[in-house]
Formats: sequence, structure tokens, C-alpha cells
Amino acid sequence: MIPSTGTETRDDSSGLGTDLVLRASNVSVEYAGSRPTRAVREVSLELRRGEVLGIVGESGCGKSTFAYALTRMLRPPARMTAGVVEYYGRDGEVIDLAALSGDRLREFRWNKISMVFQSAMNALNPVTGIGSQMDDIFRTHRPGMDKAARRARAGQLLEMVGIDPRRLRSFPHELSGGMRQRVVIAMALALEPEIVVMDEPTTALDVLVQREILDEVERLRAELGFSVVFITHDLALLLEISDRLAVMYAGQVVEYAPAEQVATEPLHPYTRGLLRSFPDLRGQRREMHGIPGNPPDLREALVGCPFAPRCESVFEPCREITPPLRAPAGGWPVACHLHDPAHDDYSSEGGR
Amino acid sequence: MPATVTTQLVEAPAEAAVRGSGVLRTALRSRRLIAGLCIVGFFVLLGVVGPLFFGNPNLVGTVQHAGPSAAHWFGTTDIGQDVFAQTVVGARATLEIGAAAGLIATVVSVVIGIGGGYAGGWVDEALALLSNVALVIPTLPLVIVVAAFVKNTGLLPTVFVIALTSWAASARVLRGQTLSIRNRDYVLASKALGEPVWRIVLVEIMPNELPIIVSQYLFAMIFAILAQAGLAFLGLQSPDLLTWGNTLYFAQNAQALSSGDWWWFAPPGLCIALLGAGLALINFGLDELLNPRLRVYREPRARRAARADGTETGQ
Amino acid sequence: MRLRYIGRKLGFYLVAAWIAITLNFFLPRLIPGDPVAVIISKQQQTGTVPLGEADQLRRLLGLGSGSLAGQYGQYLNSLAHLRFGLSITVFPTPVIDLVRQAVFWTLILVGIATLLSFALGIALGTVTGWKRGSRLDAIVPATTLLTAVPYFWLALLLVYLFANTWQIFPAQGGFDPALDVGWNGAFISSAIQHSLLPAITLIVASVGGWLLGMRNMMVATLAEDYVVAAEAKGLTPLRVMAKYAARNAVLPSVSGFAVSIGFVVTGQIVMEQVFNYPGVGNLLFAAVQNQDYPLMQGIFLAISFAVLGANLLVDLLYGFIDPRTKEA
Repeated sequence: MIPSTGTETRDDSSGLGTDLVLRASNVSVEYAGSRPTRAVREVSLELRRGEVLGIVGESGCGKSTFAYALTRMLRPPARMTAGVVEYYGRDGEVIDLAALSGDRLREFRWNKISMVFQSAMNALNPVTGIGSQMDDIFRTHRPGMDKAARRARAGQLLEMVGIDPRRLRSFPHELSGGMRQRVVIAMALALEPEIVVMDEPTTALDVLVQREILDEVERLRAELGFSVVFITHDLALLLEISDRLAVMYAGQVVEYAPAEQVATEPLHPYTRGLLRSFPDLRGQRREMHGIPGNPPDLREALVGCPFAPRCESVFEPCREITPPLRAPAGGWPVACHLHDPAHDDYSSEGGR
Repeated sequence: MPATVTTQLVEAPAEAAVRGSGVLRTALRSRRLIAGLCIVGFFVLLGVVGPLFFGNPNLVGTVQHAGPSAAHWFGTTDIGQDVFAQTVVGARATLEIGAAAGLIATVVSVVIGIGGGYAGGWVDEALALLSNVALVIPTLPLVIVVAAFVKNTGLLPTVFVIALTSWAASARVLRGQTLSIRNRDYVLASKALGEPVWRIVLVEIMPNELPIIVSQYLFAMIFAILAQAGLAFLGLQSPDLLTWGNTLYFAQNAQALSSGDWWWFAPPGLCIALLGAGLALINFGLDELLNPRLRVYREPRARRAARADGTETGQ
Repeated sequence: MRLRYIGRKLGFYLVAAWIAITLNFFLPRLIPGDPVAVIISKQQQTGTVPLGEADQLRRLLGLGSGSLAGQYGQYLNSLAHLRFGLSITVFPTPVIDLVRQAVFWTLILVGIATLLSFALGIALGTVTGWKRGSRLDAIVPATTLLTAVPYFWLALLLVYLFANTWQIFPAQGGFDPALDVGWNGAFISSAIQHSLLPAITLIVASVGGWLLGMRNMMVATLAEDYVVAAEAKGLTPLRVMAKYAARNAVLPSVSGFAVSIGFVVTGQIVMEQVFNYPGVGNLLFAAVQNQDYPLMQGIFLAISFAVLGANLLVDLLYGFIDPRTKEA
């Protein structure tokens, strides 16, 4: 499923290799309530400069909530209850996101991390023009720019995503779905941020437009060198565009690996289930499978592996011991007893 | 998308609670709903039971213009009537008019709004035009003029006149809802299966609009009580009918205001306001219950204080 | 495309105006007996009735000679020439003169008070919605109570407190009757002084509705993606609140403004009775008491046209503040 022009060439072009731009350590998020919903549970991920990190999982697995935690966009009743999110600037500055507040937080937003929201129709203010909304970004973050400069830059951004700059005067409802998403992407790149978080940016679009937008993102990323956190429930799409990906289940990361490895030899039974739930266009014809059952109630305390009730390879330890996210020798981090050397006898049977 | 996040993670438990046995518990958590139900319940009880304890509240007494006392809790009128008795007894007719006029207005709006919306075509166009016109033509002046022309101001005419001038806004809302529901898959499926029209409207469409209908009914009731009070105050209601509005009319006529008899005009108005507020609170409570977006999360005080400087959202 | 929207709105209000006029045509038919005889006999009690008044009345009341259509035509003709007949209440002043005067007083008072109330309610609603979940939420139950208070009762209360007890404002009338009516300083300041208490009543009684509506819309709008996105962009809270949240949340209030004008005018009618304010409400009340049918009809038409005109203005304004209107 990985195109031949895949990840390797990209790394070369950005040339920034492996240095970190964002690190999340043990992040937990809770939705308050009479029984709090623990939506994200001790998630640790790293984002390298210039890479595309994919986060995939069923709806309700906590991937969007986690993205909101990364950008400090959680609102009550959601709250980050534990963990640290650190941003590493090019010039060596380290920013603890939790410590930001007030004007410093506002300044950080969009300058360093911007976001592309799922539905472009909803992410644009319906009653003001596109140009005016782009203008707001520059007015707030670049007070030195005069009106002409702001307009020129906005036009330039539109051109960059392939939209006629005259569209600055248009209102969101006058644009097609694909155009709106391009506008939203142009806005996300307005201040040339280091990181763009994309929350299901193409889910609401039809397949052809989806393809166009993805190509656009690829091109811009190669050109501008920003890093992307790409969130979707569509594993096929992620395998194609991301360098590494994290599979989330029940608020936890269950597998965290380079994309091509996940495509060829997924370790976690849940990842395998996800892979089997879409057709491989180039591979052999095979039967399609969903994953039977539903994710657990995140308000409950989870005992054992949260995936155990739905897992086809479930065995004794799964129901009692929660598997830690740990890399087996020569492998990558996975939270599954099958790959725990302590249970080696079983892992060979459970494999593919 | 935060809406999605909320939908998935926060509403899910709430929804489950509404469906399951926890309906009551969820409802009981809405302080507004509770307060509203208590207020309205109190007045309903007053209207049902209250009159039994008082003979004729219009009985003339010897103690005139007396302020509140142990004998006359709300004082007396210029001819010695007990204002407390009048207020308690007046609750019944006031509630009756409110409930009945509200009901008629709601039925009319359901027929015109849902009927038109479902029928479509020129029927819908005509009914929509009718509601829109009824909405912009000032109703109370019309009611006043009609009431003056008709000169029949008993309970029933009052109810009908008020009802027929207050259905339009609600009909418009219901029509809009019906238009959107009409084309949903399950309605189209029922149609394809050849279900009769009445069944589709009553079973597939109406239940989905029930929250709106209930809310519109509560608003219609508030409007009816206010309109009735206004009409009575202008002397356009039979003086034999004891309502809070009529009490105010007599108070104004006897210049209770300039002679300083505040106890005469204060209770009926306050009762109208309280009853109206009670109905509005029920409405808000139901709204919060059924529309989770309106539900406001309140942080525990300790936590709010702890991070008083930097807020999570940067507001 | 915008022209089509304006045209459609104009068309609608023409239909509405026609319906109001036609309703008015049928109203006198509700009077038991011969209304013209009733009216003429009433007029004779107060003074000499000019010749031809009976005919004029007949036509105006839509009871002219000939078929129903013919009567309707005569009635429309009378309206077109602004012949509303003579008032019984202030005989023999033409109805049109009385209405003109009264409309002037009411329009200024209601107009200014309603705009102030709307602006205040929207501003307060914006802030309480923005700071949802804070201590400001306490304002909600209090305002709910306020919205359920009958206007006229609030007027009674305020007159009792501010005019009778503390004597801060005059209790009655629209101006000091000792002064000459005209555009002079003394008269205008007297008029303003007299209008303060009615205006305050109107504002206090109606501000709550705007506030609650706006607050609820704000709370709902704050959950919208574009508001979240604006926050993620690091825009200043003021800009997010005003340009992204409030700008959208206010739309239903503006379209609701049209509908509520009728409601406010209605409240005003009863309220003027308390203040003895020389406006339309007071005149209507006098007309009702004197069974002054020509005056009642004239007032009903005047109020209808004022409300329809205000509605039209609001609708046209709405077309400009919501760019999507053209397609709706």
C-alpha cells in the first residue's frame, strides 16, 4: 500500500532527520462527570521535525482528545490530568505547554502549532469573508504588517494552495467543500508553524477531492518542511502518508511504529484487525473483516488488556494484566502480551 | 472537532442515562427544571385546592384599605375584600385560561406547522404565508379591538381569542422541523413501505418534535397568562371572572397606586411573574436536558481557584 | 440576487398589509345591531354631527352601498384618501389627526427604548454567554423572572416607587400640561423627563428576553468549530467573542427582533394606560371605553403599519448581516 515514492525520499529532502519538535509524555485527559471519562491514558509520543506522525483508531478512542491536549485546546469538562507536553524550537528553546497562559499561550498558538479541523465548513466563520478571517491571524500575530502587506500575504497563501486570490472576498458558503478545506490549510500555514495538527482533514470530502488535498499537503510539507500530526480512522490513508504511526485503542497507544512496518507486519491484533477491515487494491482478493464488539466504557476502571474482549488471540494473562507499551527485541513499541518475552510460548501461535 | 469529541465522550453517558432507568436522575440534576416544577406545582395545587378554603373572595368586609396583617395576610381592598383570598382563588381561572389557550394554540400550530410541512406544495406555501402574516400583524391590538367589538368577555371567548393570536411563531418552528425530518431516511422508508399518512405523521414525525411542542406549549401558556392579564387590566374581561388580571384592574380603578395600597396590586402581579418564570424554568431545564450543547459545565470551586490565572482555553 | 431577496420581502409585507386592511374591513361586522346608527347616536350625544358623516362612516366601516365587493372598494378608497372619519372620543376631531399625534409619542418612546433594550440585552447576553459557568450565571434566574412580569404591572410598581414614594419622576402624562406644546427647550426637556419612567419600564421588562436568548445562542455557538478554531489561532479573546461568537449568535436575535416588535408594542399599549402617556395605547383604551369604532380601526391600522414597516426594515437589515440570506 505504500507508494514507491514513499518515506525515504522525503526524509532526505527535509534533511532534518530525527531531532524532536514535540514530545508528549504520559499525557492523560479526563472528562469530568459523576464518573469521569478517562479518554486519554498515559500517552507518550514524539514528533520529529519534518515527519508525518499518524494517529489512528476508532471514533471515541481518544485520538482527537489527545490532539486537543497537544495544542492546549481542551475545554472543560475535558482536562489534562497528568503528563507533560514540550515543544522544541529550532533555536533550541524548550517550551512546556502546560506552563503557558494568557498572552504567552495566545502568542504560541498558530505561530508554532496550527490546526486543520475536520469539517472545513464548520471551521470557517460563516458570516465573514475568507480574507477578513485570514487578516485576523496577521493582525493578531504580526502587528507590524500594514494592511496592504497583510492582504498580499493572504493572497499569496491562497495561491499557494491553488485558489484564485480574488476569492479572498468570498464567503465560505460560496466555495466548494474542497476549496474550503484548501482555505483552511492555507490559514494553518499562514504563520509558517513548525507543527500542523490535522484532525480528520479529509473525512468530509469525496474520494477525488480527498486525493487532491492529500497531494497538496504532501507538496506543501516537502516545500515548507513543517511536521504533521495526522489524525484519522482511515488506516489505509495513514499508511500511505505518514512516516510513523500510533494506533490508539481505549485511550491508549497500543502500537507505535514506522508506517511501512505496520503495513507489512503489524504486531498488535487490533492493528491487524484494522488492516483487514479495508480492501487491499493491489494485493490478493481476500475476505474483509470488521472487528466484532465495541470499545470498553472509558468511565470504568479497565482491568487487563482493554482489547481482550474483542481479541482473536486472547490468552490467559490478557484478562488480568494490562500489557505495557514495550518494544520487543528488534521490534517497536507494542502493548500486547503476545510480544512479551515472558509469554513467549504463546506469541508464535498468535502471530499471523 | 470538539463537538465530535464531546458527542462521543460526554454525551454518550448522558444519553444512556436518559434511555435507561436514569431518566429521573438526569432530570433531577437540572436545578432549573426542579425549581420550575416546584413553582408551577405550587400554583397548580393552589388553584385546585385553594378555592375550597375560601367562601366568596369578593365578600365585602368592614376593614377597608388595611395593610397586611394576621387577619388579612395580603391586606384588604377599598371595600374590605381580602386580597389573599382573591389571589388564591384567582389562581384557578388564571391557570385555566393559560392552560386552555396554550393547548388550543399548540394544537393549531401543530396542525398548521406539521400538516403544512408534511403536505408540501401549495398547501404548505399557503399555510406558511398564513403563519408568517399572523406573526407580523400585531395581535394584542387586534384582540383588544375584537374584544371591544364582540363585547363578550367570558372565559371561553377569552381563551379562543388569545389562542388564535398566538399560534403562529410555533407553527413556523414546527414547519421548519417537519421539512427537515420529512426527508430523513426512516420517514422515506416508511413511505416506501406504504404506511398511511396519518401513521407517518403521528408515529414517525410527531414524536421527534415532541420536545419542541412541549416547549412551545409552555411558552404559549406564558403568553396566554400575560395576554389575559393585559386584557383584564384594560377592562376587557367579564368582572365576574376572578383572575389575577381582574384583581389588578380593580386595584387600578380604585387608584390603589396613588392611595398607597401596594398590597393590593403587588401580589397578583408577583404571582403572574412567578408562575411565568416557573414555566420558563421548566422550559430551560428541558432544553438543557435535551440539547447537550446548552449544558454548561461548572468547575468545582477549588479547581477554579487553583488555576485562576491561566485558563485551559486561554479565555 | 440581493434584489430578489428585497423584492420577495416587499411582496410579503404587501400581502401582510393587505390582510391587515381586509381584517379591518370585516371587524365592524362583529358589532351587534347597526353600527352606524350606534355611532351616530353616540356622536350626537357629544355634539352636532356634520352632514354626510353617516355616509362616510358607512363607507369607512365597509358597510357602504351595493355588493360586498363594492363596499370593499369604497372602503379602500376611503383609506387611500386617509379618511378615517371622526372620533367619538374627541368629537369631532378627525381620527387621522388623533392617531398621528399618538403615533408620534409612542413611536419615539417605543423606538428608542426598544433599541436600547435590544443593545443592552445583546451586550449582556454576549458577556454572560461567554463567561458561561461563572458566577455571572446567577443573572439567569433573575432575568427569567423579569421576562415573565407583565409590563403594566412593572409599570405600576415603578410608578409606586419612583413617582409616588420617592417622587423622582413624574407619574403621569407625556409632558407638563402647563407648558406650550412645541419644539422649545422647556417642552422637550419636560417630555424627556416624562418619558424616562415608561422607557425604563419598557427596557427593564424586555431586556431579559434578549439577554436570555443571546446567552443561549452564545453558549451553543461557542461549541462551534469556527470559534474553537479562532481560539486555536490565538486571536484575542475580545475578537473571538465579538467577531466569531457573538457575530453569529446574534443572528436569531435579529430575526426575532422583528417578531418581538409586535410584542413590545402590545406591552406598551397596556403600559401607557398606567402612565396615562399620550400614545397609541392610551388612545386605543379611550376608544375602547367610548366604543369609538372609527378610532379603534384607525389605531389598529396605524399600529399594524408601524409594526409591518419595522419588520420590513429588520428583514432588510438581516439580509445584509447574514451573507447566506440570498440563498435561503
